[in-house]
Amino acid sequence: MAPPVLEIDNLTMRFGGLTAIDRLSFNVERGAIHGLIGPNGAGKTTTFNVVSGFYKPTGGEVRLRGETISGLRMYEVARRGVVRTFQHSTLFAELSVLENALIGTHMSFPPNIFAAMAGVDKANRRAARARAEEALDFFGLSGLAEELAGDLPHGHQRALGMAVALAARPDVVLLDEPFTGMNPEETGRMMELMVKLRNTGVTILLVEHDMHAIMGLCDRITCMSFGRLLAEGSPQEIRHHPDVIEAYLGGARHVA
Amino acid sequence: MHSRVTNLAAFLGFGAILLALPHTLSFSQQEILVFLTINVLVVASYRLLTLTGEWSLGHVVIMGVGAYASALLSKRLGIYVPASMLLGAVTAAMVALALSFPLFRMKGFYFLIGSFAAGEIIRLLWKRFREPFGGPKGIKKIDPMPDFDIGIYAFDFFEPISYYYFALAVVGVSLWVMWRIERSPVGLTFHAVHWQDKLAEASGVNVRAYRTLAFVLASGFAGLSGALLAHYIGTINPNSFDVEQMVFVLTWTIVGGTATFYGPILGCVVLTILNEIVLREAGFEQMRPLIYGLILILSVLFMPKGLESLVRGALSWRNAGKKKVGETEATE
Repeated sequence: MAPPVLEIDNLTMRFGGLTAIDRLSFNVERGAIHGLIGPNGAGKTTTFNVVSGFYKPTGGEVRLRGETISGLRMYEVARRGVVRTFQHSTLFAELSVLENALIGTHMSFPPNIFAAMAGVDKANRRAARARAEEALDFFGLSGLAEELAGDLPHGHQRALGMAVALAARPDVVLLDEPFTGMNPEETGRMMELMVKLRNTGVTILLVEHDMHAIMGLCDRITCMSFGRLLAEGSPQEIRHHPDVIEAYLGGARHVA
Repeated sequence: MHSRVTNLAAFLGFGAILLALPHTLSFSQQEILVFLTINVLVVASYRLLTLTGEWSLGHVVIMGVGAYASALLSKRLGIYVPASMLLGAVTAAMVALALSFPLFRMKGFYFLIGSFAAGEIIRLLWKRFREPFGGPKGIKKIDPMPDFDIGIYAFDFFEPISYYYFALAVVGVSLWVMWRIERSPVGLTFHAVHWQDKLAEASGVNVRAYRTLAFVLASGFAGLSGALLAHYIGTINPNSFDVEQMVFVLTWTIVGGTATFYGPILGCVVLTILNEIVLREAGFEQMRPLIYGLILILSVLFMPKGLESLVRGALSWRNAGKKKVGETEATE
């Protein structure tokens, strides 16, 4: 069996006295759609923030293809092939849709100021533009290239967020709640796009609350609760796992 | 193709106006025109700095670094003046690079205050060290630009008109370079860092490096403008680059607006004309800071997007009119 592309090994993240992630370990297989679920406050987004380099972990490490990436800066993690999206519609709202996608090509076609001043970077600019247009086309946004990103409807903004990530040609994308605020129709379309994305060879790790989407989409699911690993398995196994049911329904019983 | 010809014609026409302009002015107005040309470079470079979202209060002091460096290099080491100006610009950029390490640990308001403090430290160093900076009295008898002849025109730098042409060429080339940078992928990355630094970083952009790049480039051009100033007026002192000057730069930039390349330049030109023609003629010169403060407050209240928003409004109105004309022509 091929080695896992992403290994989360004994990861711990403390904020003062609060332990947000507590010795969490799981692996993400190459080419999988891997879901990370759990009740509110379980530490899912914190895990994302550590993997993507937004936080430095207190303990443990994250390995990409066997290389330790935890503790690197976010752009250094991105340059190794792990690109994330953000919750809500985090985009360059003041820039056009095409310009958003062009920022995504930054790593493949790094701008050079001297070449830009001398006007000898035309080939580079054309290639970046082609890549950006390809990413927009993949998510069905080609017709909106000149619109301002902030003017797009919600569903298109989420798709653009993924197009920016795709334009970077990542090995692994981290999607933070990609289905939030979508109606069932939009969710269905987004699920198709993710399968299409995975079929191009990209590994997807996503945090999501929409159980319907998670169960229908994921090859493997990791469930967290209070910063700890609760259960891991296929959607079928997770659906019937007593601890998972306890965590979700038990949490509800406490509230009631 | 047609629009290219129109653009070229507009460019040549504008150039001709700029070349003919000093001949219509009095001697003292010509001097003001030289200062205006230099100030255009200051505000344009200031906008380059603000592209990544950080506003500095040390920009005029950085300009002073270029002025001091160029003055000292030519006076003490006998370096040929145009070369010393370029070295002054490089010195300003290097000082900015050194300052970027402490300053870019901060963002937003803290960066603003930090840049002010850094600028005051530099100014106090000029005041404190009589050797080589001349102390509070500064540097006098700075070498003028050496006269030269380019065949069609003989530069005699005793005349402000000659210095105006020289400054116009230097500023024109600088603006062209800044324009190319902004329209390039580097400029797009500056904008990205400004609007969403987290998403930019997740796309692999080294945000800190790009902030530093904008700061260093802007400081280099500010240093060049300082050097132009120093070799024109021939004497500089720490108060030539104090916070009052910085307030003028801020006012020009804010009144003009920073969304477009021409916004701050427009602000600088309009307010200078207002100042020199209206205020000076009416004898209100002493109240300049007061009136500038009033203009700043009024423009923030009633024109928050700056003078450039008026130009944009006029252009889109004209284009809409053109479109309508085109449509009616098409239907006929």
